[in-house]
Amino acid sequence: MQWVNIIVQGILLGGLYALYGTGLSLIFGVMRLVNLAHGDFIVVAAYLALLAGQLLGVSPYLSLVVVVPLMFALGLLMQLGLLNRTLGRGLMPPLLITFGLSVMLQNILLLLFTADSRGLDAGAIETASFEVGGVAIGLAPLLTFIVAVCVLLALQWFFSNTMLGRAFRATSDDPDTAELMGIDSRRIYALAMGLSLAVVAVAGVLLGVRTNFAPTDGPARLIFAFETVIIGGLGSLWGTLLGGMLLGVAQTVGAQFNPAWFQLAGHIVTLLVLAFRPTGLFARTRDV
Amino acid sequence: MNAPRIAFALLSLAALLSVPLWGSSSLMRTLVEFISLLALAQLWNLLAGYTGLVSVGQQAWIGLGGYALIVFADDLGINLFLAVFLAGLFTAAVSLPTAALVFRLRAGYFAIGTWVVAEVFRLLVAGSTDWLKGGLGRTLAAAGALERGLREDLTYWLAVALGAGSIALVYGLMRSRIGLGLTAIRDSETAAASLGVNVNGIKWLVYVLCAFGTGVIGALIYLNVLRITPDAAFSVQWTAFMIFIVVIGGIGTVEGPIVGALVFFFIREYLAGFGGWSLILLGVIAVVMMLVAPQGIWGLIHERFGLEIFPVRRRLPASVPPVPAPEPAEAP
Repeated sequence: MQWVNIIVQGILLGGLYALYGTGLSLIFGVMRLVNLAHGDFIVVAAYLALLAGQLLGVSPYLSLVVVVPLMFALGLLMQLGLLNRTLGRGLMPPLLITFGLSVMLQNILLLLFTADSRGLDAGAIETASFEVGGVAIGLAPLLTFIVAVCVLLALQWFFSNTMLGRAFRATSDDPDTAELMGIDSRRIYALAMGLSLAVVAVAGVLLGVRTNFAPTDGPARLIFAFETVIIGGLGSLWGTLLGGMLLGVAQTVGAQFNPAWFQLAGHIVTLLVLAFRPTGLFARTRDV
Repeated sequence: MNAPRIAFALLSLAALLSVPLWGSSSLMRTLVEFISLLALAQLWNLLAGYTGLVSVGQQAWIGLGGYALIVFADDLGINLFLAVFLAGLFTAAVSLPTAALVFRLRAGYFAIGTWVVAEVFRLLVAGSTDWLKGGLGRTLAAAGALERGLREDLTYWLAVALGAGSIALVYGLMRSRIGLGLTAIRDSETAAASLGVNVNGIKWLVYVLCAFGTGVIGALIYLNVLRITPDAAFSVQWTAFMIFIVVIGGIGTVEGPIVGALVFFFIREYLAGFGGWSLILLGVIAVVMMLVAPQGIWGLIHERFGLEIFPVRRRLPASVPPVPAPEPAEAP
């Protein structure tokens, strides 16, 4: 029963990782860009929720109303002001710029909030749990998982049923042809980055409720996002969810043997997937 | 290289080599640190600037090199300075299976993949609580066997040799056939392959060579500071330093990292008392350079004054006539 419990915890944790991974693979899908500051933006969102709680006195879940639009705007600004200027110059400039941003964000957060780790206080829901067949399920982890699935459903609907979603996919397939059809690819890139950071905002707030966070936690979050994408495979939202669940289970099971193996187990599973199924376990495309 | 350039290079080398005769040991320690960063940046530039392999996991080789030095020298009793080179061979050997994994990834995902590998090594080393003393780290005890002044002089001269060696390695490689292949790969892998460049062979060669060099420098760094912990040795900050130095100085040139290392070192020493501000400032400079002057400070100097110390550009010989423009078609 203990093992069932651990696996359920891992699966619920996977919902959070699916959000990390979706944000990362969304912009990779649309513009082949890997945002090395992705994890740091997750942490920034958690701090924004902390500030919202202190200044407005709202609960972490309610703070999403402020944090999501703010992060969306931040994504738009970053793409328009920085990354769009490097278009056509290859893959290296955006990679190095986002890496520079990552280092800057960590140090700015350190200056503003010190190195102490903080948490978001969601009240009684944090400790509430119920039992199903002998397995204790925490309300907050379950809520996190449900929110993640809802975000994925919304994205799925957006990509297949809206004009803008189709423009995203067209730009992803062939930006030049999309331009001929009257799509402004720079605008699409900016919206994609905004959307990615909006997803990141949700992930950051859920992270903050789940556990403590510190200014230098970003890189580990980036790595979890990457591992989710690699395990799940590119090109499928639901593959990302399964990838996140597998990563979560690997981590919670690993931690059961030795607390220090929480991260290591995830890394090893990722490297094994890379060695034996480099396209990921649930990929729909073969484009790596 | 023509005579003035050789004279310039030799004079700088002689000036550097003479430091132990007149300098203090703290000056030498600082210079060893500077030369280490310069050599690391040269190697990262070879990997990313010339070959297009943007790794953010080079700290893997620094950490493994540093720990290998301590294991070889303390646990196996090998001569300190020989152990520095053995540490490089060790990291090169470890990089072979690593390359097989990370080369399955492209561009941005390759970058994060190298980072994951470095994290795996950090966690494994930190998990070895008995042998490697886990998160507490270890001290290079073998250093105590040598008289202090002698050890500092030898470490310093080794650093100068390795720094000069890293520049000579990149310079020599870039002027060789392999260098031409490297640049071709960076500009277009597909086009390079179609022209007969052995893309995979060259990528492996550069990756393993950089792992060797970075491992040797990692060992040198810990021969200089004598104390290692997994969190510091496997910190991504090492790679951040390499990237800032190369981007500020000028990516894809031999001179760039030298200029970049000087700027980096001055900013870091000058703002040392201001905590995170020096890294924020360096980040801002690097991002702005990437946007407005991607060729870096050295690129700007080169454009303005045509100056080159280590020329690796290829020009068409003057005797080759320019390709004639196609003649306009005759009207029928």
